[in-house]
Amino acid sequence: MMTMKKMSYVVLCASLMLGAAGAQAQLRVEITGIGSNQIPVAVASFVNESAAPQSLSGIIKADLARSGVFKLIDADAPVSETAPVSYEQWKSRGADALAAGTVQSMADGRLDVRYKLFDTIKGAQISSMNNAAAPQFNRLLAHKIADDIYEKLTGVKGAFATRIAYVTQSGREYRLEVADADGEGIQVALRSNEPIISPAWSPDGTKVAYVSFEKKKPIVYVQNLVTRQRTIVSNEKGSNSAPSWSPDGSRLAVALSRDGHTQVYTVNADGSGLRRVSNSSGIDTEPQFSADGQSIYFTSDRSGGPQIYRMSVSGGEAKRVTFGGSYNISPRISSDGKTLAYISRRDGNFQLYALDLASGQELRLSDTANDESPSFSPNGKYIMYATESGRRKSLAVVSVDGRVKQRLTTQAGNIKEPTWGPFMK
Amino acid sequence: MSNFKSLAFIAATAALLSACSTPVKVAETPVVERAPEKVVAPVDTRQVQPVTTASVDPLDDPKGVLANRSIYFDFDKYVVREADTPVVQNHAAYLVKTPSRKILIQGNTDERGGAEYNLALGQKRAEAVRKSMAALGVPEGQMEAVSLGKEKPKAQGSNEAAWAENRRADIVY
Repeated sequence: MMTMKKMSYVVLCASLMLGAAGAQAQLRVEITGIGSNQIPVAVASFVNESAAPQSLSGIIKADLARSGVFKLIDADAPVSETAPVSYEQWKSRGADALAAGTVQSMADGRLDVRYKLFDTIKGAQISSMNNAAAPQFNRLLAHKIADDIYEKLTGVKGAFATRIAYVTQSGREYRLEVADADGEGIQVALRSNEPIISPAWSPDGTKVAYVSFEKKKPIVYVQNLVTRQRTIVSNEKGSNSAPSWSPDGSRLAVALSRDGHTQVYTVNADGSGLRRVSNSSGIDTEPQFSADGQSIYFTSDRSGGPQIYRMSVSGGEAKRVTFGGSYNISPRISSDGKTLAYISRRDGNFQLYALDLASGQELRLSDTANDESPSFSPNGKYIMYATESGRRKSLAVVSVDGRVKQRLTTQAGNIKEPTWGPFMK
Repeated sequence: MSNFKSLAFIAATAALLSACSTPVKVAETPVVERAPEKVVAPVDTRQVQPVTTASVDPLDDPKGVLANRSIYFDFDKYVVREADTPVVQNHAAYLVKTPSRKILIQGNTDERGGAEYNLALGQKRAEAVRKSMAALGVPEGQMEAVSLGKEKPKAQGSNEAAWAENRRADIVY
């Protein structure tokens, strides 16, 4: 436990790229299911929105439609947020709410975006936002407005302005990519000729921990997405894998084989302070901190096949959590700590399940056969996971009630190992 | 004749001078070129100069027993099969005899199931080989058991033949 490796260095080699990704295969999002109770909302074109590089109202509408929670009511003409709202007219069109706004080009090149949200039933303004930003932040502004609409109308924080990270594989090249939650704005964080697995966002959204095989064996790294700085968090003898962050971002839980078989350890984010947490004679892997940081969920084969268990962050006795089926792996816990997502093998199919921890109620969320790597949206409403589409690996998103479904595919190659990033300031 | 030789030497030096910009290398090269002349012209013709052939490392013999570096496993099994024990024994014997050599034992799995759980299963296969080798006297310092899980399949395809090929541990020197 004293062999802490604290290798922190800036990698200057060309294989590590950050920033503009150049010619990227775009992600295609396909909506395959919608929610049961949809809120009817009208998003009018913003006045003068041609001043922005992309249509703000278009991005907002795409976000809201993808969520499956809204029914978009046609709003043909642009509506200024300062004009008097004819509530009766919007109500008669079937809209419970109206979003309106204006874009103005500022002298310094920035765009000034003003938006207001009206409740047509109450006949009142319920929200507003004024933001000035450079044109490259246009999409982000639109996602933030969509987040505001989502939150004001559903009571749940929106996650449209969040980002995702995932791994693509095309030929011999593996890439760790970062994109907006809608699959747009792809940026390459790491390029390698060897596999990359298990990326995990830090709670502050500036770093990603992952496992890289670039040295002929799995080693856990933390990469700062902004500065490119890469830190080896764990390079113990044997395999180093399955990183997950503590809620405060100070420590990571990892799975190491240094003691002769795979067990759960915790380590500081700089690679110091390694400590063994689990103590079994079999496999203990895939550790995940609980929402309060006090316990660790993990996969163990102590009862024969793999099942999900929970133990204290300081170790000690583990409590079995999953009982349905003989193969349950990849635990992920929702931010409110109430729901466990995992992959279960039933009748030879590996499928996404959600378990209500209070009631023990289990719900199958997918009808595909080779699901992997679930990841909750930070608002706990959606789960992204890896699956197969044809013979290619693709990503899918499903709402926790199983009703809303989306599929994300690339034009070529495989896309897998998704991790949904946190809310950012 | 000796005039011709020194002429050739001057020419070679000139060529080197023009080819290489570092004076250090130019100064060294002539010494190396002249050295054999002294050795191949022994004064005593009854003096025998012994020659020793370089010993061939058995690891480099493509037809030798050490060329086989894969150990296969049955489905859901993590013990070295009887049929594969000679592979382990041959490499163990070599490693005991050659303490300067180190190996990586890379465990692999078939494609079915999760990436991380398969990584742990591949580790079990690598550890099984490591323990067998340790029992045959190979010091732990010469071995590292690691896993590639299902990430580096040797055989592509989703059929029993491909899966069987991928349930494997490889010895990497």
